[in-house]
Amino acid sequence: MSSIISIKDLHFSYGGEGEEVLKGIDMEIEKGSIVAVLGHNGSGKSTLAKHINAILLPTSGKVFVDGIDTCDEERLFELRQKAGMVFQNPDNQIVSSIVEEDVAFGLENTGVPYEEMRQRVDEALRAVGMYDHRLHSPSQLSGGQKQRVAIAGIIAMRPECIILDEPTAMLDPQGRREVMATIKDMNSRYGITILLITHYMDEAAQCGRVAVMDGGRIVLDDVPEKVFSQVETLKKIGLDVPQVTELAYELRKAGVGIRQDILTEEQCAEALSELLASGKR
Amino acid sequence: MAILKTEQLTYTYSPGSPFEKTAVDHVDIEINKGEMIGVMGHTGSGKSTLIQHFNGLLRPTSGKVFLDGEDIWADKKKIRDVRFRVGLVFQYPEYQIFEETVFKDIAFGPKNMGLDEADIKKRVTETAYDIGLTEEMLSRSPFGLSGGQKRRVAIAGVMAMQPEVLILDEPAAGLDPAGRDAILSYIRKYHEKTGNTTLIVSHSMEDIASFADRILVMNSGKIFCFDETKKVFARSEEISQIGLDVPQITKVFDILKRKGIDLGREVYTVGYARDLILDVLKSKGGIG
Amino acid sequence: MLRDITLGQYFPGKSIIHKLDPRTKIILTILLIVMLFTGDKLICLGIGAAYTLMAVLLSRIPVKMFVKSVKPILPFLIITAAFNIFIIDKGDVLFHWKAIKITTGGINVSVFMIIRIVLLVAGSSLLTYTASPITITDAIEKLLSPLKKLHFPVHELAMMMSIALRFIPTLIEETDKIISAQKARGASIDSGTLRERAGNLISVIVPLFVSSFRRADELATAMECRCYNGGEGRTRLRQLRTSACDYIAAAVTVMFLAAVIAADKML
Repeated sequence: MSSIISIKDLHFSYGGEGEEVLKGIDMEIEKGSIVAVLGHNGSGKSTLAKHINAILLPTSGKVFVDGIDTCDEERLFELRQKAGMVFQNPDNQIVSSIVEEDVAFGLENTGVPYEEMRQRVDEALRAVGMYDHRLHSPSQLSGGQKQRVAIAGIIAMRPECIILDEPTAMLDPQGRREVMATIKDMNSRYGITILLITHYMDEAAQCGRVAVMDGGRIVLDDVPEKVFSQVETLKKIGLDVPQVTELAYELRKAGVGIRQDILTEEQCAEALSELLASGKR
Repeated sequence: MAILKTEQLTYTYSPGSPFEKTAVDHVDIEINKGEMIGVMGHTGSGKSTLIQHFNGLLRPTSGKVFLDGEDIWADKKKIRDVRFRVGLVFQYPEYQIFEETVFKDIAFGPKNMGLDEADIKKRVTETAYDIGLTEEMLSRSPFGLSGGQKRRVAIAGVMAMQPEVLILDEPAAGLDPAGRDAILSYIRKYHEKTGNTTLIVSHSMEDIASFADRILVMNSGKIFCFDETKKVFARSEEISQIGLDVPQITKVFDILKRKGIDLGREVYTVGYARDLILDVLKSKGGIG
Repeated sequence: MLRDITLGQYFPGKSIIHKLDPRTKIILTILLIVMLFTGDKLICLGIGAAYTLMAVLLSRIPVKMFVKSVKPILPFLIITAAFNIFIIDKGDVLFHWKAIKITTGGINVSVFMIIRIVLLVAGSSLLTYTASPITITDAIEKLLSPLKKLHFPVHELAMMMSIALRFIPTLIEETDKIISAQKARGASIDSGTLRERAGNLISVIVPLFVSSFRRADELATAMECRCYNGGEGRTRLRQLRTSACDYIAAAVTVMFLAAVIAADKML
């Protein structure tokens, strides 16, 4: 178990004064894992994300990505190549008016020779399923497709990890499904570490680990089954829990013996059918 | 009495060009005074085009729109009055904010209606209160507010015109759960207080399930179904096939039905599911 | 009205003209201008016209589109031509009534001017019709690259142009949306008195500015995150390559230009 991202006692406040947005974060993110940071607006989750590829620098504490200190200016480009970032608004991160050129943007910046660039761009476009759209203009694409292009632009850089800052907040359900499928695929097929910042609990439930942030601190950090079973804590800080988890919680409160670690519809249907069957006796 | 009614409403984008696309296709709808309607459909289903006909922002390629029994296009000069009577809040409405203070921005619509100062002031203060903005905020610049607050300012800007019909396109898009619940509950309270007709467009059945009287589902420019909420949920599997999100809890009961356990009801809220299960268990003597 | 301006529109195609390197096309367009303004004999203009016509036909773009490109400047052409006819006093007098005097010289100048401008517009339209804005930007960057030595920000200029091109459709869509939203609040933008409209324009311009600044800010961050660091050491995915066609086209153009110069000097 080696960690790719290592955050040590991170504190941050804008301008180094005033109220701290991050109040001491300690977190190790394992190589190849897929981790969600769940929190409401203003919980500090986006601020945390911006520290990982040095858009923001710690007021105190340290952040390391694959051993590189984010404060090390000499290695800034190396850091940003290793930790790619996808933002919320799909329109405001696409630079070029042709899809494939946008995917190439990072490679062009780092001076990758033409032949290799061509190959890596095509590979990345195929990986996210946008190869057929390579000559289109971004304005012809849906929101979900634009986000996949943005992901391809990061994949082409052959990163160690991708940080996605609320990548689905502006998408419709179809786009959200597309993006989630792509993210999970990047993780399972290429072993890229994923850090997904989100306020959608259904997305967090699909990850291997969920860290819940509130008021600049991490308040829960565990596998999704354990995190979402804390129904009351989550509701108190203004977050949703999956409806099935909530149902199990409500039933337990009413004295029904049902598992508390239910996350999916299938698990819930199974538990309920057992319950109803046993009720017949 | 139908407040809004369409007759064979059809709208075609760029007719005669290679990009020609019929976004709304011979749609007949009747919406009654005081109803709370949920409008669903995936991107490109024609729902956004449809709602822009209700306040005359788009003119039908063919067919008619009636407001309170009158054809809104009977006199082209009066179309602006229709916009005051049918308020439309666009998606991400905070992007339309432009005035230097919250008060002035909310007052923009009422001012365009030609109301006098005193009336404008009354409406702005009242609406701000109804949507949970404090009086102190009214004198502040809207650009310094949080995302959720800006959204409320924008919605208030339309509510202050006191339209008979209020249409909101994805009012909760992009907000976090707390922000979403707050906006939806303010809209609901406003509807209860004024008794106006409200249409909420949403991708999420979950958001509108608990309070819509009827749900309109659009698909490929046509009405997929338009019925009472529970009847629409009875067709949840078809609805999920046309690319819409069905609440997780409804899916659970669909699975149970397939397994041969039919509880005979459409379930779309957690509270209802809990009561239903508890009832069944009680009748079977399973508890205690 | 904006819809009538065809300059800047691109029609994808596979003709010889489309295949030419955009750099070649820019240079040839400049040569065409030289050709059209060299010499004041009818034969010179005739050669220029023949050259333009040949290029237009080779591009396989409907002639209709070129007529359309000339249309918006027609009123301007007619007014200047009229001025020339009445003001220039040269050659034989054809018509004289009180202060109005029309001479052969005046008519000559007017006709020449009209033909020149029409050919000029047709020729430059050909450039934008057959090369996408982004390739033209690339070509300009390449052609101007010697200026880098003089510390002229060639790369930055080209990057700004290409980002502008990228965001034009986005901003048009956004403007439409804001206009609709303000119309829904009763703003008179396409109707009402001029004063009302001017006042209401602010309700469109302010949100558009606010959102553009936000976009610019976010885009800058996104570019930095993708290791953007100016033009130094950058490679490009889009390669501009000259082929035999480019040399042939250049040779043909030079021949035409030589013919114009020869005709002007010798005939």
